[in-house]
Amino acid sequence: MAGVTGDETVPLCELGAGKTGVVCELLAGGNLRRRLLDLGFVQGSRVTALRNSPFGDPRAYALRGAVYALRSAEARLIRVRMIDNA
Amino acid sequence: MRETPKVIALAGNPNTGKSTVFNSLTGLKQHTGNWPGKTVTLARGSYVWKGSRYTIVDLPGTYSLLANSPDEEVTRDFICFERPDATVVVADATCLERDLNLILQVIEATPRVVVCLNLMDEARKHMVQIDTGLLSSELGVPVVPCAARQGQGLGQLRDSIASVAGGEISLSPRRLRYGEEIERSIQAILPSLFAFRQILEPRWLALRLLDQDEAVLRQVAERVFEPQIANRAIATPKKGDASSWAGWNQE
Repeated sequence: MAGVTGDETVPLCELGAGKTGVVCELLAGGNLRRRLLDLGFVQGSRVTALRNSPFGDPRAYALRGAVYALRSAEARLIRVRMIDNA
Repeated sequence: MRETPKVIALAGNPNTGKSTVFNSLTGLKQHTGNWPGKTVTLARGSYVWKGSRYTIVDLPGTYSLLANSPDEEVTRDFICFERPDATVVVADATCLERDLNLILQVIEATPRVVVCLNLMDEARKHMVQIDTGLLSSELGVPVVPCAARQGQGLGQLRDSIASVAGGEISLSPRRLRYGEEIERSIQAILPSLFAFRQILEPRWLALRLLDQDEAVLRQVAERVFEPQIANRAIATPKKGDASSWAGWNQE
């Protein structure tokens, strides 16, 4: 992906379908932050953007063995570092 | 004189089959009602097991006790402040890592926990194997594998509930360590919290004080300190009134 090195982060909503990222930072605060942390969006967690999202928003993400739907407004607040997919 | 039923809280993440567990344990003996002063309705049921009576309160499904919503607040308040005789946490065997978040939060708030590891039939289908004995020793509380919709594990679940609610087994719930600075702070305030250990779990209370969790502090002020001031004496702290739930049957 042009312009993205190993150290840079992207918002989760920009993670391509089928791609996996590592959670680096949450820009959300308050209740949303608490909820994301409780679901497992903690530093170091691997999250995969799933394919086949009919309307584009919300999108489905796989995280720690479960699948969650996040609106792009929420996914925008999760910064992930892209990793190479085998 | 009839023995007061033991009050059992039923908690768990959404979509863990908690309703199936509730229905299986209570059969048709259940109804819904409002918890006084709250807007959330709770289902309550009862059963008899080996001569003892039990009332189960079905709490809203939540991911956490750190209240984000009225549902989570109700669950947190009931488990932490009403002091049920036992709390059953229903978990999804196919999603154990996620569900451990709530389990660990609950055992921090109360030691009298039974983990109902449900959807074991789904786990088998997905080739997921879980060493429930090891999980139980890691958590320090009983773990009962169930497939409630197949009717499996319910007898063992009732037995575990009976043991925990009856105080028959000694429980040593795993204590999460938070790092030196936090642990030191906990130790510093813990001694002054032991006076309230009949009402509130001291370590849990210490953590909420360090969190400066306003909602919890308000509850503590209302339930613990204001009654004491009103009584004008350091009376023996009263146990949370979960027993009032048991009497709800008479309607």
